[in-house]
Amino acid sequence: MKIGIPKEIYPEEKRVAASPDSVKQLLKMGYQVVVESNAGMNAQFSDASYQAAGAEIAADAKSLWETADMVVKVRPPMQNQALGQHEADLLGEGRTLISFLWPAQNKDLLARLAARKATALSMDAVPRISRAQKLDALSSMANIAGYRAILEAAHHFGRFFTGQITAAGRVPPAKILVIGAGVAGLSAIGTAVSMGAVVRAFDTRPEVADQVKSMGAEFLMLDFEEDGTGEGGYAKTMSPEFIKAEMALFAEQAKEVDIIVTTALIPGVRAPILITEEMVKSMKQGSVVVDLAAEQGGNCEGLEPGQVVVKHGVTLIGYTDLPSRLPTQASNLYAQNICHLLKDMTKDGVFTVNLEDVVQRGTTVVHQGEVIWPAPKLPAPPPQKKAPPPPVSHGHGKHGSSGPPEDPKEKLQKIMTYMGVGGAALYLIGLAAPPAFLAHLTVFVLSCFIGYMIIWNVTPALHTPLMSVTNAISGIIVIGAMVQITAPSGIVVALSAIAALLAAINIAGGFLVTQRMLKMFRKE
Amino acid sequence: MNAGIVTVSYIAASVLFILSLGGLSNQESARRGNLYGVIGMAIAILFTLFTPKMGGLELLVPVMLVGAAIGAVVAARVQMTAMPQLVAGFHSFVGLAAVLVGIANYLDTSIVYATRVERVIHEAEIFIGVFIGGLTFTGSIIAFGKLQGIIGSKPLAIPGRHGINFSMILFSIYLGGLFVGATPEHSQLMPLMVMTLVSFVLGAHLVMAIGGADMPVVVSMLNSYSGWAAAATGFMLSNDVLIVVGSLVGSSGAILSYIMCRAMARSFISVILGGFGVEAGTVVASSSAEQGTVTPITNDETAALLRESKSVIIIPGYGMAVAQAQHPVYEMTKFLRDRGCNVRFAIHPVAGRLPGHMNVLLAEAKVPYDIVLEMDEINEDFPSTDVAIVLGANDIVNPGAQDDPSSPIYGMPVLECWKAGTVIVSKRSMASGYSGVDNPLFYKDNTRMLFGDAKKTVEAVLAAVKQ
Repeated sequence: MKIGIPKEIYPEEKRVAASPDSVKQLLKMGYQVVVESNAGMNAQFSDASYQAAGAEIAADAKSLWETADMVVKVRPPMQNQALGQHEADLLGEGRTLISFLWPAQNKDLLARLAARKATALSMDAVPRISRAQKLDALSSMANIAGYRAILEAAHHFGRFFTGQITAAGRVPPAKILVIGAGVAGLSAIGTAVSMGAVVRAFDTRPEVADQVKSMGAEFLMLDFEEDGTGEGGYAKTMSPEFIKAEMALFAEQAKEVDIIVTTALIPGVRAPILITEEMVKSMKQGSVVVDLAAEQGGNCEGLEPGQVVVKHGVTLIGYTDLPSRLPTQASNLYAQNICHLLKDMTKDGVFTVNLEDVVQRGTTVVHQGEVIWPAPKLPAPPPQKKAPPPPVSHGHGKHGSSGPPEDPKEKLQKIMTYMGVGGAALYLIGLAAPPAFLAHLTVFVLSCFIGYMIIWNVTPALHTPLMSVTNAISGIIVIGAMVQITAPSGIVVALSAIAALLAAINIAGGFLVTQRMLKMFRKE
Repeated sequence: MNAGIVTVSYIAASVLFILSLGGLSNQESARRGNLYGVIGMAIAILFTLFTPKMGGLELLVPVMLVGAAIGAVVAARVQMTAMPQLVAGFHSFVGLAAVLVGIANYLDTSIVYATRVERVIHEAEIFIGVFIGGLTFTGSIIAFGKLQGIIGSKPLAIPGRHGINFSMILFSIYLGGLFVGATPEHSQLMPLMVMTLVSFVLGAHLVMAIGGADMPVVVSMLNSYSGWAAAATGFMLSNDVLIVVGSLVGSSGAILSYIMCRAMARSFISVILGGFGVEAGTVVASSSAEQGTVTPITNDETAALLRESKSVIIIPGYGMAVAQAQHPVYEMTKFLRDRGCNVRFAIHPVAGRLPGHMNVLLAEAKVPYDIVLEMDEINEDFPSTDVAIVLGANDIVNPGAQDDPSSPIYGMPVLECWKAGTVIVSKRSMASGYSGVDNPLFYKDNTRMLFGDAKKTVEAVLAAVKQ
């Protein structure tokens, strides 16, 4: 089966759906790959590098679309001005197409593909379940967008991000607010923190607080009980009261921070306005707002999608092609997502669509000429078990013990019982036993306590040498054999001799192997 | 030389033995500690040789020299991965020696008792010493066989085995009743011999029922028994140095067993009763239906990841010992540390087949001990670590132990490697760990599976990192 990689024709689109690396992997799976000439030029992949990886090069778009059994691209098919034909029509009858399709917004396109008896897989329709994460191209792109958003902000911001004390004076760090801690938001947080900025983040889903903190940002809390977790891990629309509280928080933050990055998207509806014109006005001169929701209308009032505008002294960045502005990285990750998808869908070198599989069912939007989007809803994941607090690993030093703390009174009672029993036993022994035995018992009991004390002091790293040295010293039983070897009976002598032999093996072997081990332990 | 001198020599030896174990509290003083042990032993043996009624030297000295020579050869030749077997083997010697000394002591008719009580006590001491010795002897032989791979490591589950063990113990007590204080004296031989056989069977059967990964507990337990056997012999011979050493060794083994059990969140009794994961019948079904898939990673990708990491924690397990991967692991550690990457090792108390086994293997591979850390020392560092590498370990890194109350190993302290940026799990296959519990770690988003033999994989990754 031949996979075709066309050059993207959307204006300013620099990404490509395959990299030389991914070509190698596709060939390994049993496919042939044909790449349109100059398809990877903007992503810094030359035709020669594709050829070196084993791909054929098609001279132009037409020949590529004609020969490929499956076309893999980034942007949805569109009118090809040069050929005067729509890409969907260029796709051979009954062939397969994989790309971003945005089926909700592009119903006509789905119909067009269905008319070509095509099978179409939409990379944006991958279900959000954990095993599909490796083929989740939206996350890959969001990650890049978040990174790039910070770079764009830095580019338009007139100051350092990191605070410094220079010879010339003190430089305060930039303060950044990230709204929405999804993949893009977290990526933006990570990038900004690594550049030295002071970052705060807000999200309606309280469970992301830990992730935000782990990236080194402060999580802003609303004093408000409402969980914004919607379907598939996306956010949902909140109640009016919540929104009011939220807007008050943003208004207050806007006065303080230098840069705002908004990433708030709710599936299927226009992005909510979070930064009003009033707030923009209240921001400091020279501040920057980067709006990652620009394509869905934007979170910031006065924003122009695809443009950079300056309003009230604040730069509003509304680029909608942030991933494409990092073309090599974006292409690499997208190509990798494609490879993972195809790996799952290839059985013995043949591409097969298994509609029983939830991931493939969700991703496939047109199947052999039939529009099957949207996929039936996945059963809601079972509500997360409220796990009991994990067992705390006690910083126990030497004598720690796990287990629930005991009631001190109960513990005392227990101790008293033990002492009572022990005392009674000792009393009985004392009644009957001869003094010689009692002297030995004294030695025995005290030695047990000494043993207890010193063994707890042994570092765990030396537990193996501890065992071998105890092997050696328990060879002291040789003394038992020695004092009996003088007995008149032949059997006694023989038994003692064997015992002495065994004990001697232990003594020599135990000490020597301990020495050998201890010599190995060395410090750097 | 008078008896007083011999006794004070035993006092000196006892003190030296205590110092010897005390020296193991850290690596610097450990070698000196071992030396104290050697001196203590030399004093005890030499002064015993010069007791007034000492005789039979013409037999004793050659026998002991031969034994010492055998011990020296074994100690010099043994592989560090085979330490668990060696230790188990040594335990069996102590056990057998205790049995032999006990029986010999019974047969020695030259002992005269002052009172009947004295005789009863003495015979009870013989009986107990032989019983513990017998148990230790065969138990250690079975443990040796299992560790060496001569006997399958699967627990042997005979139906009603707890009942069998219990009746063997009751029978031994009954035999004890027949033996102690009985007249005429020659009627005692039969119960003593039968009990010896029973203790042999009991020891073998107990350990047969315990699986491979519980061996750290078993070996520690046998270590403890060998100590108690020596202590019982000491009582029997009215010899305090034997009692001191026996109690030191006995408590040492008991504490090690306790530490191991705590690290597995299991009670000592449940380990001794044996058959973990088999008692329940089958592999325990995981509670969550959606396990997701595992994400494999190649050697080259791993190398690329490691090259970019600033901090790495390696978690070795029994798999590393089996594959003998510790040497290439150290090569890799050295290379990465020279590049400025902070590579450290995290050791779980029950990693391997012997307490502290991983430390010895890493020390053998020349890994400096100050980068080898215990679980409690390093668990907090995982969130700030780029890459955690799990090498042939499974249950000790199972997140289910913390967050899945239905998991059989729930409550077991584990290394929280999943908090690291990326977790690389080197494993032969997807088989579950010893406890038969599925490991949710493998399905985590930040986990990558590196399939293959640990040694070959590490070597390949090392080659790729060096490029």
